[in-house]
Parts: sequence; structure tokens; C-alpha cells
Amino acid sequence: MIPVGFSYRRASTVDEALVLLTEHGDDAKLLAGGHSLLPLMKLRLATPEVVVDLAPLDELRYVRAEDGAVRIGALTRYRDLHTDPVLREHAPLVAHAAGVIGDPQVRHRGTIGGSLAHADPAGDLPAAILASDAVLVTRGPDGEREIPAAEFFVGPFTTPLEPDELLTEIRVPARAGIGWGFEKFTRRAIDWAIVGVAVVGDSVALINMGGSPLRAHATEEALSQGASRAEAAELAAQDTSPAEEPHASAEYRKHLARVLTARALASAAA
Amino acid sequence: MKITMEVNGESRTEDVEDRTLLVHFLRDTLGLTATNIGCDTTSCGACTVLLDGESVKSCTVLAAQAEGHRVTTLEGLGGNGELHPVQSAFREEHGLQCGFCTPGMIMASVSLLKENPKPNRQEVREALEGNLCRCTGYHNIVSAVMAASGQEVAG
Repeated sequence: MIPVGFSYRRASTVDEALVLLTEHGDDAKLLAGGHSLLPLMKLRLATPEVVVDLAPLDELRYVRAEDGAVRIGALTRYRDLHTDPVLREHAPLVAHAAGVIGDPQVRHRGTIGGSLAHADPAGDLPAAILASDAVLVTRGPDGEREIPAAEFFVGPFTTPLEPDELLTEIRVPARAGIGWGFEKFTRRAIDWAIVGVAVVGDSVALINMGGSPLRAHATEEALSQGASRAEAAELAAQDTSPAEEPHASAEYRKHLARVLTARALASAAA
Repeated sequence: MKITMEVNGESRTEDVEDRTLLVHFLRDTLGLTATNIGCDTTSCGACTVLLDGESVKSCTVLAAQAEGHRVTTLEGLGGNGELHPVQSAFREEHGLQCGFCTPGMIMASVSLLKENPKPNRQEVREALEGNLCRCTGYHNIVSAVMAASGQEVAG
């Protein structure tokens, strides 16, 4: 499978990327690790006229603790997130989730910014970021914006990012020592989650239980009112409308959400 | 576009279409056909090569993205007619049946041993999760990686 022809460009600074985006608008796509975009282009579901490779942008590859948060450059790869000592200490849920995406080859290429901007409801990192109450920082022609994760995932593959805007940084509140859990159910080792759950403290986010990653509000509320973890987990599928698919009915997905939430809450408490 | 990269220790400059995938560049432009195309969907790992020493699936990397980087294919592993230790171990432990997945398995194993020189059998299995063997010959593949890392094969 070969993508439809396009013009390949490289940006070596954020400003250069913004100039190319302003120039080409909707016809341009940003290329980070390429592990969401290139498969779509090979299937010809995406046919950008211009592909802007961000690989030379070393300024967006970093993890550092600052002002009570871990700041992650958008081009930091999954492999580097998984092994980063600062992230493992202060945001272990995010470090763990990055280490179970796809397989080692995928983790050598995929980036956190690419995953979040792609906004796949079946993605692991979007839910981890949502449960963590992270803030996403973008740059556009009018300057910087800070978007809370709760406002970032607005629908399947849909975010508030404008065509001329670039995700630059993810700020995850530092939660060293707070319990966390991550569970996902897949058909094969490297598959996307049929359902997954990310927990940090009493925050619970669900993978693939709707058009975007979702907070399990009923579960969170029950926990805050002193319900047991088992009781709270029973409410995990409330107000969700997961997809009906040949390998997983909506009812089965709801069952998985309850079971996996119970497990993730148990590991968070352990 | 004209691109230059180091492939198996040699600098190569070629003219390619912008949309050329790394695997097609290696196989069709350079004639390095050890790298196989299996699923073509980032699933099976048959096309695994090393990019700056790390395993990647070359069906999901543009040739242009490898510009200025170092690519190693199975052809570039050994030297002076000698097999690389991982290749020898696959041979000794009979870590292959039909052989189609073998180049990818070996490249993924070389990358694994660089990151984790003494893995246990479970870690080997997990590290090879991105490589499918249609013959289901995983047991001996894991044994080969254990042998290549200088550890007991038993398990």
C-alpha cells in the first residue's frame, strides 16, 4: 500500500512549522512519529497534499519537573516516556501507559503529541492524560493556548486544534506517591484496547467506551461519597454508549469497563 | 527528492518520490531484499530494520524520514562472511520454520538485546510482541534469543 502523492517538507523550528501550516492550512498534515498518520495515508483514508515532518524539532523532546507539574515536549517518544525517571516518579500512570502502546517498534517512533492530536478514542495515552487532569499547550499564529484535557477530546479523532496550530507541550500535575492503575483488554498483544481504564487517585478515565476518552463520573462521585471500590466500579459504564462491533458488543464493553475499573482501582489502592 | 542515508555502513544517495516508504526504498531502490513485506499494516514485524540502532517497522516509515540517519538491515548485521551472534543462535536453536518472519525477528531481537542484554524468557516474549510467526514457532525463537544473550536456553 502506497500513499497518494504528497509534498514532503521539514520544519526545524516551531515557527517554521507554523509558517508551513499557515501557508497550506487544511491541505497540510503534521508528521511526528507517523504511526497513526502513515497507516491512514497508506489506506488512503488521509490524503494530505503537504506533509510537514517535525522530526528535526529537538526543542519539543523533553521531560522535566517544574512548578508542581511534569512538562513533556510533544515530540517525546513513547519509549522515552516509559523509561524517563522523572516521569516514572511524578506521573507513573503516563509512563506506564506509554510502555504498553503497540509494540517496541511502535514505541520507538510514536510520540505523545502525535497520539493526543490524533485523538483516537481507543488510544491509551489520551485516557491517561484525561485521568491525570493534564493541560495541553498549543502554539498558533496568535500565540499560546492552554487547553485542559477535559476540553481537548471532543469526539472521535476530533480536538479543538486549529489547522494552523501545533501541540507543543503536555503538563501533567505531579502526583508522586499517589496510587494509580491501568488496565486494558485486547484481542492480540499489540491491538488497540477493546476497553481500557486509567486511574490515578480517585480519577478514572475510560478507553474506547464512546467517541472520545471519558471520565467515569458516576464511579468518581461514588468514591468521593465513600463507596467501596467494588461498588464504585459497578457504576463505571453509566452514561456511556460504546460502539457495537463484531468482536465486542456494547453490552460486553460495559461489562469490561466495570471489571477493568475494579481491577485498576484495586491496583491504585495496593 | 534526493535523499542520503547510511545503509549498512555505506552512505547511499538516491532520488525517490516523496511518498516512498523505507521498506520499498530498501528493497526496490537498493535491492536489499532480506527485509520482507508481510502485513503492510504495522502489525507483523516482517519489515523490521534498525534505525539508529533501534527496531522500527520500515513499512511505516517514509524513506525521507530516514534521511541523515543510520539504517541497518539483516544484510548489514554480520561481517566478513561471519554470521551475527543472533543469526548464529537462530540457526543453532532452529529458531525458524518457513523463515519469512526471521529477518524481522532477528532485527527485533538485536534491538531488544541492546536495551536489555540479559532478558528472561517472558521478557523476550513481550519484546517480540510486534513480530508474528505464522508457523507459530515462537518457542525456539525465544530459545535463540536466550542463547544469543549467553544465557541458559531451558524453559
